[in-house]
Amino acid sequence: MASTACFIIVSRNDIPIYEAEVGSAAKREDAAQLHQFILHAALDIVQDLAWTTSAMFLKAIDRFNDLVVSVYVTAGHTRFMLLHDSRNDDGIKSFFQEVHELYIKILLNPLYLPGSRVTSSHFDTKVRALARKYL
Amino acid sequence: MIGVGKIKQYSNVLDKPLSKGKQEVSLSAFAFLFSELVQYNQTQVDNIAELERRLEDAGYAVGARVLELLCHRDKGNRRETRLLGILSFVHSTVWKVLFGKVADSLEKGTEHEDEYMISEKELLVNKFISIPKDMGTFNCGAFVAGIVRGVLDSAGFPAVVTAHFVPMEGQQRPRTTILIKFAEEVLQREARLG
Repeated sequence: MASTACFIIVSRNDIPIYEAEVGSAAKREDAAQLHQFILHAALDIVQDLAWTTSAMFLKAIDRFNDLVVSVYVTAGHTRFMLLHDSRNDDGIKSFFQEVHELYIKILLNPLYLPGSRVTSSHFDTKVRALARKYL
Repeated sequence: MIGVGKIKQYSNVLDKPLSKGKQEVSLSAFAFLFSELVQYNQTQVDNIAELERRLEDAGYAVGARVLELLCHRDKGNRRETRLLGILSFVHSTVWKVLFGKVADSLEKGTEHEDEYMISEKELLVNKFISIPKDMGTFNCGAFVAGIVRGVLDSAGFPAVVTAHFVPMEGQQRPRTTILIKFAEEVLQREARLG
């Protein structure tokens, strides 16, 4: 079943440090910018919501047409945002938790500057594999 | 033939599990490494304030990583959203993982609303260090102050953190106090959250 999904990681300073289109639907030319625009617009909502709960997984926080934005906030206020059209909450939560582990391993690298772009191709491969598995 | 053999496969760090790791590290190895860190920075700067700032920056990098790692490992993915929560997290969890024991005390400052103090009879990093008289109020605990600042800053509680010596009667070595002064926005948000 074709599904659209756009995944970005936004650092504490509101700078995207990783983005990937992980949906299985065919890419449309105008869709890429639209997805990123929706995710950036949802950042304000995340900021307010993050201080009201101590959980990391905030479920669907915003919607646009039939696309839903789900967010996972880490302890260091790095936000994993997923734009998708499915309703699979558990799968999305597991996906976020696995990506969180990968992100911590990247962060522990003393030569990685927190808040800078994640350029590891291995990380990219693993995220896409996880997306195929859980989404 | 020379050179023929199994080519070692380097597995990427992303494939290895995030384990609890070795709980203990050799104290002498750490003390040696820390003394080299201080000496290296000493040759690069020409005044005390700059040296303290460099040690703090080194600690800041540690603090940011420690926060993420500990919240994931020890706290089961719960974030801290309240001031007292993050302070007790630093005072117990962070101290326990880094130094093997909880900090000696956590106090609220009496003069200002935004000041808190974590005290330690003998900071681990200062254990083998004596400050010469001509360096005045320099404290290598600036490294630990940097760690605390890294944790607080990454968690969304910006603060100015400094380390001070507090002489105690009846003890040869002075007590070390980490003074935390939170930014205005932290107090406003705390008041708003109720």
